[in-house]
Amino acid sequence: MTETTGTKGVSRRTLLKGTASLAGLAAGSGAITGFPYVKSADAKVLRYLGTAVNEGDDISKQCLKDTGIKIEYITATTDDVTKRVMTQPNSFDVLDTEYFSLKKLVPSGNILALDAKKIKEFDNITPVFTKGETPGGKKIGGQGTAPWKVLYLEGKDSKKFATSATEFVTLIPTVYNADTLGIRPDLIKRPISTWAELLNPEFKGKASILNIPSIGIMDAAMVVEATGKYKYADKGNMTKEEIDLTMKVMTEAKKAGQFRAFWKDFNESVNLMASGETVIQSMWSPAVTKVRSMGIPCTFQPLKEGYRSWASGFCVSKGVSGPKLEWAYEFVNWFLSGYAGAYLNRQGYYSAVLSTAKAHMEPYEWAYWMEGKPAEKDIKAPDGSLLEKAGAVRDGGSYEDRMGGVACWNAVMDENDYMVRKWNEFIAA
Amino acid sequence: MDTSEDILQQASPGLIPGSGTARAAKPTRLSPSFISWLQAGPMMLVFLAFFLIPLVFVVIVSFWDYNEYQLLPAFSGRGYTDTFEGCIAQLPELCTIGKTYLMTLKLCFMVWAITLFIGFWVAYFLAFHVKSKTWQMGLSLLCTIPFWTSNVIRMIAWIPLLGRNGLVNSGLVKTGLINHPLEWLLFSEFSVVLALVHLFTFFMVVPIFNSMVRIDKSLIEAAYDAGATGFQTLVNVVIPLAKPGIVIGSIFVITIVMGDFITIGVMGGQQIAAAGKIIETRVNALQFPAAAANAVILLAITFLIITMMSRIVDIKKEL
Repeated sequence: MTETTGTKGVSRRTLLKGTASLAGLAAGSGAITGFPYVKSADAKVLRYLGTAVNEGDDISKQCLKDTGIKIEYITATTDDVTKRVMTQPNSFDVLDTEYFSLKKLVPSGNILALDAKKIKEFDNITPVFTKGETPGGKKIGGQGTAPWKVLYLEGKDSKKFATSATEFVTLIPTVYNADTLGIRPDLIKRPISTWAELLNPEFKGKASILNIPSIGIMDAAMVVEATGKYKYADKGNMTKEEIDLTMKVMTEAKKAGQFRAFWKDFNESVNLMASGETVIQSMWSPAVTKVRSMGIPCTFQPLKEGYRSWASGFCVSKGVSGPKLEWAYEFVNWFLSGYAGAYLNRQGYYSAVLSTAKAHMEPYEWAYWMEGKPAEKDIKAPDGSLLEKAGAVRDGGSYEDRMGGVACWNAVMDENDYMVRKWNEFIAA
Repeated sequence: MDTSEDILQQASPGLIPGSGTARAAKPTRLSPSFISWLQAGPMMLVFLAFFLIPLVFVVIVSFWDYNEYQLLPAFSGRGYTDTFEGCIAQLPELCTIGKTYLMTLKLCFMVWAITLFIGFWVAYFLAFHVKSKTWQMGLSLLCTIPFWTSNVIRMIAWIPLLGRNGLVNSGLVKTGLINHPLEWLLFSEFSVVLALVHLFTFFMVVPIFNSMVRIDKSLIEAAYDAGATGFQTLVNVVIPLAKPGIVIGSIFVITIVMGDFITIGVMGGQQIAAAGKIIETRVNALQFPAAAANAVILLAITFLIITMMSRIVDIKKEL
């Protein structure tokens, strides 16, 4: 391929190589820095990076109406949100992310903790976050990255999580839920009461889990514990041996054809369940509701071993200061003032400040979503579509019962690198 | 990989008659070599900025270390050693990377063989049986239909067709051919190959068609006159002359399938290993150096395959 270039002094090819490495050196040495962005002088605009969970159009419209702050959503998957914070911290102002990613975000120094004193409703935030118990006093399982373990920093610019309350809050909680298995009762035709059923050969080729390694392995750990094979000290922070053991169980199930498909996207999970490709899978509450609103029976099945929970909250980019920081506080305060909380509660999620959300909901709505009582009237989604007919009862019951039944929280393990390698091995098996 | 001048000369000999003498005779005019630099310049700059420089970065980063939240710019072979973990210790059993590449190559080979077969005959039909240029154009555009929808929609659309309660299964059950729905129609190697063939046959059709329309029809007539059968004409005249198209199409298909993780992921139910998928998992876990190391390995293997293919046919010479 190069027989004719030998005699020439500099071929284009070698020139390309030379300049490329020069440019690489220049960029590598930091000579090329980020481009400045143009800030609009008049409008109050906040760039809001997060997953689709909180990013409703109704929320941003109402926020603009109430506060004059224009929210520009940047929507990404959980993994991509984290990636963006690490690689482009100047590309957003407000960050809405999950507590389990804090173990990566806080040491990176790319996010700024918020001041609890400036959050009006901070003292009214549910004790789920601050004390690890429900308002009714039930103790909540703390395995994994439980929010109260990572809620406070030791100081303003500290990279260490504080063990007791300080005024520097990593994430001001916004939304959370207790996840469990979704099932198709019409196809299973018998009661399901334990996580062990996920890997029951009876459902061969009809089971599914989430395609996020750190969460998938926790679901598998719930199964391992439920079958009595092993008891983990912390399912959210396994040792290498525990990872090996859990992956072995998963690999055997995979080889036996237990899993139909792993899902990553809300709609994928709805599709798998609605089409009958799967009859039992880990799922999110609104996805179950969506399947049901298609007229297909689907239950968000409470299980005796408990729920796997997750939670998100707000912080700001390290680049945010001055008036923009004030707007960010104004926005977070508005978010906790009730409208957004009611909006989230009506989708089957939970809001961080219960009292303000309650004020924005009809009593029958509150009774259905939060108190586990039968619906007095038809239950409607925020967009007005029918979710449940009158008389229906929420799966898992009340807030107390559901949040009180949490066993572990989504997490990033200390042995994350090892786990990811094992996950690739599992996929290749 | 020569200068464009060489390529020009090979493409149409006589266009630049003896560049050496031309330079000597007219010293005031722009030298032909300068002109060809000028011609190649814009593409070269784009290539440099958006391909070569990023590639150099990838190679550099692949030798960095990392922790949970940042890249550590210190030399480390960890990305590579982790990737080949257990490859010697587990012998004779294959290690993760070995199994992954075996699966990737297997899928790649199947997709290549099927797209080549289908693509060849579609191109043959377009080139030799469709007489009007308009129809040729119109029918080739039809081949692009798979690209009219987004990836996600396309994937979701397979479920009602191939799913457990999908059209194919319910049709087969109704006709009594099978008693239970076929599980392997979806989320299997079969569905991955099907989706990839459905998408990428187009990349085979276009270059092969392009080679075929340039075949001088009188050559085929001559073969016929000399008493060759249809099969003999195909093997001895059409296929050799369509070879550049076949190789270019093959390069397209192989490079795309080697790096694919979206289609393999969705159609394989995220349970089929692929070289691209390893990179995706690593990137999602913010382990960029490990991802970069895997990318470099993938690049090397793909490059090796392409080099072997261009050994079979010298594309430059044939164009």
